[in-house]
Amino acid sequence: MTNDEKGTLNRRGFLGVSAGGAALPLVAGAVVASAPAQAQTAAAAPDARTSVNVTLTINGRNHRLAIDSRTSLLDTLRDHVGLTGTKKGCDHGQCGACTVLINGTPALSCMTFGVMAEGVEVTTVEGLAGPSGELHPMQQAFIDHDAFQCGYCTPGQILSAIGCVNEGHAETDAGIREYMSGNLCRCAAYPNIVAAVKQAKSDMRGA
Amino acid sequence: MRPFLYERADSPERAVKAGGQFIAGGTTMTDLMKLDVMRPEKLVDINPLAKSRAGQIEVTDSGIRFGALVRMAQAEAHPAVRSSYPVIADSLKLAASQQIRTMASLAGNVLQRTRCEYFREVSWPCNKRVPGSGCSAIGGVNRQHAVLGISGDCIASYPGDFAQALIALDAIVETTGGPKGLRLIPFAELHRPPGNTPHIETVLEPGELITAIQVPAGPWTRRSRYLKIRDRDSYAFALSSAAVALDMDGDTVRQAKIALGGIASVPWRATEAEAALRGKRLDEASATAAAEAALAGAKPQEHNAFKVPLAKQTLIRALLETQRMEI
Repeated sequence: MTNDEKGTLNRRGFLGVSAGGAALPLVAGAVVASAPAQAQTAAAAPDARTSVNVTLTINGRNHRLAIDSRTSLLDTLRDHVGLTGTKKGCDHGQCGACTVLINGTPALSCMTFGVMAEGVEVTTVEGLAGPSGELHPMQQAFIDHDAFQCGYCTPGQILSAIGCVNEGHAETDAGIREYMSGNLCRCAAYPNIVAAVKQAKSDMRGA
Repeated sequence: MRPFLYERADSPERAVKAGGQFIAGGTTMTDLMKLDVMRPEKLVDINPLAKSRAGQIEVTDSGIRFGALVRMAQAEAHPAVRSSYPVIADSLKLAASQQIRTMASLAGNVLQRTRCEYFREVSWPCNKRVPGSGCSAIGGVNRQHAVLGISGDCIASYPGDFAQALIALDAIVETTGGPKGLRLIPFAELHRPPGNTPHIETVLEPGELITAIQVPAGPWTRRSRYLKIRDRDSYAFALSSAAVALDMDGDTVRQAKIALGGIASVPWRATEAEAALRGKRLDEASATAAAEAALAGAKPQEHNAFKVPLAKQTLIRALLETQRMEI
């Protein structure tokens, strides 16, 4: 079994997560988190208590993880990888706060399991800024247009908005509103969000 | 959430052999597992099948074949679907938020479960969830429930949109892993009305896997549309909907294909309305007569009587708008 690789190195971080649900500090390098999974022999009957080993590609980096099969991709990102930019709103696919990009298109991280995300590219709001920290045109546009109030829905709004532009649905206000109807904003910043998407649409052409 | 084993399958044969609850997009399953409504002991992830034919859309002169793992957004955006089968594209486009349509597979979509609040909340008796426990919606809050195809044991409505387009267009479902191996099931026979076994929702056998959905070509597919009426303008389930496809000779109906959503226990083909229109000149009077025929058997409950006139108006408007389509 290879599930003990780097286990010792990151045990402290893993225990921190286990004990308090605190964010795991990011460690530079490809492998940022790993947990010692229970040893499994070939003859052992499958047991749901055994963690599942997965390697997820998040923001261009591979993360080797051992997670309970029940862990949503959302909880995997927040509690096991330490990327808390993705927000949990309803946890039932109705509010869009947990939106991430999967292979470049917006998807709900609360409606899929972490173990199912192997082999796809996940992009979270943390993965949008450039190498020297310059904001993605959509992030900048949200700031320029004051397209939020409390900010809780904003990461999901921004990722949906990027999908909206990339897939060609930002030509009209109605098109933007329809495409982004799965992202609720209780502060009702909708007019500003539409304005931000329109600005970013032209900025993203050059990006 | 209850624990489950997880296994990934990269072929239909392996998926069937794995012997568990199939999961694709997960947009229904994860929701209902969190609510403790669905309690699979083993999940078989069939997403790897999307790399094969099960992830492809094939268009020929005789029709269109959607692999089971094609995503809703992928089908809706397909040029041939939009131009030659607009009722399918419309039904998918209006079905859910973009994120859900990006994730959800077509086969999973047609098998989505009812939105009945009593089904989704495990504290309530529900014959669909716990056979024999009773129906809380009968005599309860039943504004969203069905008026057609219901029984004394269940009045839950089928929530989907795409299925209405499929049943109207005589779609066929391809499956594997059933008792006879491969089989073709007319879409109209896939879902079972509740009767006294509302917990058995389809004719699929345990472990049987949908591999594709076929839609035959016909002179009616281009002149087709899906009209959906909801409580809010976007991202909501249908209060009523109509899938209409027309083969016209001038103003005379050669053949009408009609299905109604939001008001029935299963995807609902409105055969009485189709018969009422055949050979008739299509105008407001004949459309109204067809709508009356479609809803003649409606059995409204305390809170959903509004659905009967709403469904009639939905169908009348859908018929007249489809007639006016430029094709």
